[in-house]
Amino acid sequence: MSVDLDPSDKFSAYAHPERLVSTDWLQQRLGTPGLVVVESDEDVLLYETGHIPGAVKIDWHTDLNDPVQRDFIGSEAFAGVAGSKGIARDSTVVIYGDKNNWWAAYALWVFTLFGHEDVRLLDGGRDKWIAEGLPITTDPTTVTPLEYPVIPRNDAPIRALKEDVLAHFGNPLIDVRSPEEYSGARSSMPAYPDEGALRGGHIPSAASVPWARAAAPDATFRSREELDAIYKDEAGLTEGDKVIAYCRVGERSSHTWFVLTHLLGFEGVRNYDGSWVEWGNAVRVPIVVGSEPGAAPAPR
Amino acid sequence: MSDTEIPARLAEIREDFLALEQRDRLQLLLEFSNELPELPERYKDHPDLFERVIECQTPVYIFVEIDADNGVHLYATAPRESPTTRGFASILAQGLDGLAVDEVLAVADDYPQSIGLTEAVSPLRIRGMSALLARTKRQLRERRGA
Repeated sequence: MSVDLDPSDKFSAYAHPERLVSTDWLQQRLGTPGLVVVESDEDVLLYETGHIPGAVKIDWHTDLNDPVQRDFIGSEAFAGVAGSKGIARDSTVVIYGDKNNWWAAYALWVFTLFGHEDVRLLDGGRDKWIAEGLPITTDPTTVTPLEYPVIPRNDAPIRALKEDVLAHFGNPLIDVRSPEEYSGARSSMPAYPDEGALRGGHIPSAASVPWARAAAPDATFRSREELDAIYKDEAGLTEGDKVIAYCRVGERSSHTWFVLTHLLGFEGVRNYDGSWVEWGNAVRVPIVVGSEPGAAPAPR
Repeated sequence: MSDTEIPARLAEIREDFLALEQRDRLQLLLEFSNELPELPERYKDHPDLFERVIECQTPVYIFVEIDADNGVHLYATAPRESPTTRGFASILAQGLDGLAVDEVLAVADDYPQSIGLTEAVSPLRIRGMSALLARTKRQLRERRGA
């Protein structure tokens, strides 16, 4: 049972307007059968301090990651999480969160691994909802658990592993971390613990486009025109490109994945979730230090 | 870890967390978060004194004071939108307050891992609290050496 789309003009300029809803749209539809509102934040306690009435919480770390194997949860676990939050396979899931929807985009990407069809982001996320004075509550949400089917996780279309990146050289890579992390300056600050990687720098040939450039000051996504200017004119992406995005552990880059896939319409965009924590520690992979992208090595 | 290295207030806090179910531990952390004291007036206009804890993804700043009686006071500031980080800072600010420098330096480095929050909050996030403790100790060593 799918809930109607948000017909806003801003969204219609994007490649897939059905992936976004506005705060107005959501406010008018709270409580609609078939709609589940999910909050997903960086901070595991933020939901408890106040959330959209009726929203459930999905935590990126404690709900979506496998506690033992370093991986996302498997099919059974996902079915368990989704069902326990009152989500059915045909639910319209609207996800919102803090920090320009950073973690919300990550949750949406994980839902996509399991092929959940109707999953959308609230444009502007938690910050915009609160800034507009819309209702927030600390009342616990009563959930009627549902049966969510066990769906095989399909990684290949949207997830890149290290081997996929090595084979991808010659095609565009986007590094979405801060300029300091990109150049390698950040992990080498004296007397401070580093970011968990042995070396600082970036994957050869990757263009630097910090993820938050896609967000406007009010946490909404920038307009189609602005995004085209950043990713096409500036970073040099052209239609038909197969892109891999990465960051430190793969969450900031799922935000960029959302932008490239759903707002700009690139097909076959993959998120390399191993990202710098894996690449910066891996044996026998090349890196580049400094602010220049560097040449792409031969693919292997 | 030997309990002899854990000062009484920190040990109490640990017992309080461990006595609770996972879900309630988050609520207790939220209470700590709400209790993080405001900065004393004399430090409010001195951002220069505060050190950013970069291991926490949210902006949290700390400053460690040693009073005339050699007692340690940890001051921290973190935004309301970062309740977990505020909670971590509040646990340490309350648990270390008034201890002698040597007592703080003797606190086991793995105290943050021992209070039963690793599962409720995730090991990655607990690293933020470990960093708070490590930086507190480093400031004390620097101040004592100076």
